[in-house]
Amino acid sequence: MSAATRINDFVIKIATVNGTGSASANTLLMKSIFRSGIPVMGKNYFPSNIQGLPTWYEIRVSKDGYVARSGKVDIMVCMNAETYARDVREVAAGGYLIYDSTWPRPALLKRDDVTVIGVPLARLCNENFKGVRTRILMKNICYAGVLAALLDLDVERIRELLAETYAKKPALIDSNMQAIQLGYDYAKANYTCPLPLRVEKMNSTAGHVMIDGNTAAGLGAVYAGATVAGWYPITPSTSLMDAFKSFADKLRIDPETKRANFAFIQAEDELAAIGMVLGASWNGARSFTATSGPGISLMNEFLGLGYYAEIPAVVFDVQRVGPSTGMPTRTQQCDLLAAAYASHGDTKHVCLYPANPEECFYMAVQAFDLAERLQTPVLVLLDLDIGMNDWMCRDLKWDDSYVPDRGKVLDREALEKIDKFYRYLDKDEDGIPYRTFPGVHPKGAYFTRGSGHTQLGTYTEDAVEYQRVLDRLLRKFATAKRLVPKPVIERDTRNDAAIVSIGSCDGAVREALDMLAARGVRLDYLRVRGFPFGEEVEKFLEEHAVVYVVEQNRDAQLRSLLTLETRVEKSKLRSLLHYSGLPVSSAFIVDGVLADRAEGRRAVAGEAS
Amino acid sequence: MTFIPKPKVTHPNLPRNELGLTRRDYEGALSTLCAGCGHDSITAAIVEACWGISAKPENVVKLSGIGCSSKTTAYFVSGGHGFNSVHGRMPSIAMGANAANHRLHYIGISGDGDSLSIGLGQFCHAIRRNLDMLYIIENNGVYGLTKGQFSASADVGTKAKKGEVNHQPPIDPVLLALNLGAGFVARSFSGDKRQLVPLIQAGLSYKGFAFIDVMSPCVTFNDHEGSTKSYAYTREHMEPVVEADYVPFAREIVADYSPGEALPVMMHDGSRVVLRKLATDYDPTDAHKAHAYVQEHLARGEHLTGLLHCRPTEDTEFHGLNRTPDVPLNELPYAKLNPGAATLGKLLARYR
Repeated sequence: MSAATRINDFVIKIATVNGTGSASANTLLMKSIFRSGIPVMGKNYFPSNIQGLPTWYEIRVSKDGYVARSGKVDIMVCMNAETYARDVREVAAGGYLIYDSTWPRPALLKRDDVTVIGVPLARLCNENFKGVRTRILMKNICYAGVLAALLDLDVERIRELLAETYAKKPALIDSNMQAIQLGYDYAKANYTCPLPLRVEKMNSTAGHVMIDGNTAAGLGAVYAGATVAGWYPITPSTSLMDAFKSFADKLRIDPETKRANFAFIQAEDELAAIGMVLGASWNGARSFTATSGPGISLMNEFLGLGYYAEIPAVVFDVQRVGPSTGMPTRTQQCDLLAAAYASHGDTKHVCLYPANPEECFYMAVQAFDLAERLQTPVLVLLDLDIGMNDWMCRDLKWDDSYVPDRGKVLDREALEKIDKFYRYLDKDEDGIPYRTFPGVHPKGAYFTRGSGHTQLGTYTEDAVEYQRVLDRLLRKFATAKRLVPKPVIERDTRNDAAIVSIGSCDGAVREALDMLAARGVRLDYLRVRGFPFGEEVEKFLEEHAVVYVVEQNRDAQLRSLLTLETRVEKSKLRSLLHYSGLPVSSAFIVDGVLADRAEGRRAVAGEAS
Repeated sequence: MTFIPKPKVTHPNLPRNELGLTRRDYEGALSTLCAGCGHDSITAAIVEACWGISAKPENVVKLSGIGCSSKTTAYFVSGGHGFNSVHGRMPSIAMGANAANHRLHYIGISGDGDSLSIGLGQFCHAIRRNLDMLYIIENNGVYGLTKGQFSASADVGTKAKKGEVNHQPPIDPVLLALNLGAGFVARSFSGDKRQLVPLIQAGLSYKGFAFIDVMSPCVTFNDHEGSTKSYAYTREHMEPVVEADYVPFAREIVADYSPGEALPVMMHDGSRVVLRKLATDYDPTDAHKAHAYVQEHLARGEHLTGLLHCRPTEDTEFHGLNRTPDVPLNELPYAKLNPGAATLGKLLARYR
């Protein structure tokens, strides 16, 4: 069977075993496509394991720049016998199946509607390489060579990438290229190359990078001027801290003194990590941590202290599948409520919701500004998909005129001038008091506590005094509404239905909107980027009769937040919930919206008859 | 309970320290603890010690967790910065604060409930990091604020006020600190101000983690017969083995010690602590020997007091190990922290 020609518009999925070097092969493939100027997405579905379990990598090539999952697989590379059966089932009709033909393929998994391409990868590598480990690694590089031939990929791009990767180990460049060539030549000799599905050079990736959100956020923390990082390892947030450390090791070592202009502290647990962040921020250093859901659970107590004692802190929550330990290497947006209301008592937190690595970089900086301006913890909610997958984004830019917003801090001069300093007075009527740092001036001393306190900063159990502070915190939260990033809105005044979504759903929603429009269903779109929700969100919700809320969790957490924190009428919010642990696809959203509308029509028809 | 500032009465003839401040300038709010509480005596010793070393009040950072002991940070050095955090988590706040600015005096006040149960992990890890702070446990063997439950430092066989007997072995913070490598480990008694004040002064001058376990009887819930943490029992069973005299920087040692007995230890700030052994077979410079000696005596029901172990540990102090600059991180100008737009442009090449 063969399909119609499709240039730069298909999905490859590669099934391998983790710990066999397949990640290098997959990155190589994806990056060589990116360097050919073609928009591409790469997503890694990996196990919580070091070696031996099934792992998949999905590459989507999209001339139109759609970089979310489409929900369809056109070419499946089956390198894992264990998952062979389900992998074969997943290929779309008219698609291709590439497998290692060294050993016979189980006949029961035969499909007539896909083209099967067998390549004796193991045999080729066994004949040409020595050593068990090398043979396994090269087998994976070899399928990249097969794909290069089938898809008409420029082998020069691959050679160039290998040369950069192994600049310090030239022998590896040759052996990897040999493996590429083996696969490439075999495919050329035995199959009609290229396939109808193939790539063709474009010029759509200039001014773009392929970067993951954790790296971008770590880099953002460096540019924001963060100096104290307290953290505890947890998937999928660890690489954010690794990125910060590795950038800081390069960019933050004083050229003259060789001293490190940052402190990087691996804590004993998440409780200590957030404690360190609060201690450092209280003392005037920009400080942050990164964690995931289980860490947020542990940090609750201190987040409440940060809220009530009004201490800045930046927490990156790279969300993973819950509840409990859940699936640590799979993605979800399941901490929306836990983050917004972390800790006992009346607490609410400022949250930012980046949709991609580019926003991770800028929002990291914004988070520090907001935390210090508002004197409160700010949680930046990434998810595993954003944090650990490479996304194609516009080049990150930095404006050297940036000045950190340190908020209302009284320095030595300011303290010298005033008569007396009171920590929690609302002098400017925006709910935000002034703060001081230890050691600056005798007049700056005050007492920080999580117990009841007056606006003067003294201990209290007095009803009126206690309430005065608690009410001011609400005023501060109202101020936060104006300061958090505005939602992104795509609005056409003729539409009365819309999609509201958050974070990493963005790519899939945007593609779904186009697909729906092509079918005559036109929807507006709002993506929330900050909590508390501002007036723009209120207005948008008011202006639409039906709002599809697209999010990646079971319990409609975004919908709950919207109903709790805006005036929206609950019944007009309709949930499209994706919570399998895989990133949401555009097809899922299209199907959901169409199904709802069909039901709506049936209901209307029912009424009429 | 409310906040009661102490009325300030300044007597013209009160002695003044090098900053021209009197002891009154180092006091805090009125204590709301029970009359006769050991903790109040420790507070008084801290006031005396801070005055004695002429600490700038605004440079004193007072940190605590939750419990009776943790309340006391409000009762001394009102000109300092207090931080009453959450239960058992004071060490992490201290770590972060110290990372941001290493030039201040960090005094952590904790209790046996705060440090030896919920806070045991953070206590241990603060020692492992050799965090430059003075850490005091006001140890009374009992949860006072929740009305008299045993704490993890309660001795086997000790009786609660209502007659219940403790059967679980105690955690001794001194043995723990010695075991984990703390360079400054002391034990004292709230009722022995003469011993306690120089210990606090030495601890404040020590570069690295300085730990003092202060036996501090709870008059309300643990001062009865059958308790091993009562005033009477403690007085009877404490045995000073090392005396520490604190000698501020640039002041001559005036006391006359016979050689062999006196062991001067230089502190980071130029001050000295002169250790005088009261037990001739005790070696305060060797942590392993000190551990064995203390443990042996504990088994006999004897609480050794004094500066039980002291050795310089500057080389493993947090900032030294992490090569942070002399200028505190919280004072670095942004220009020193921003890699700049041009650098970002170059960095991106890796991601193409």
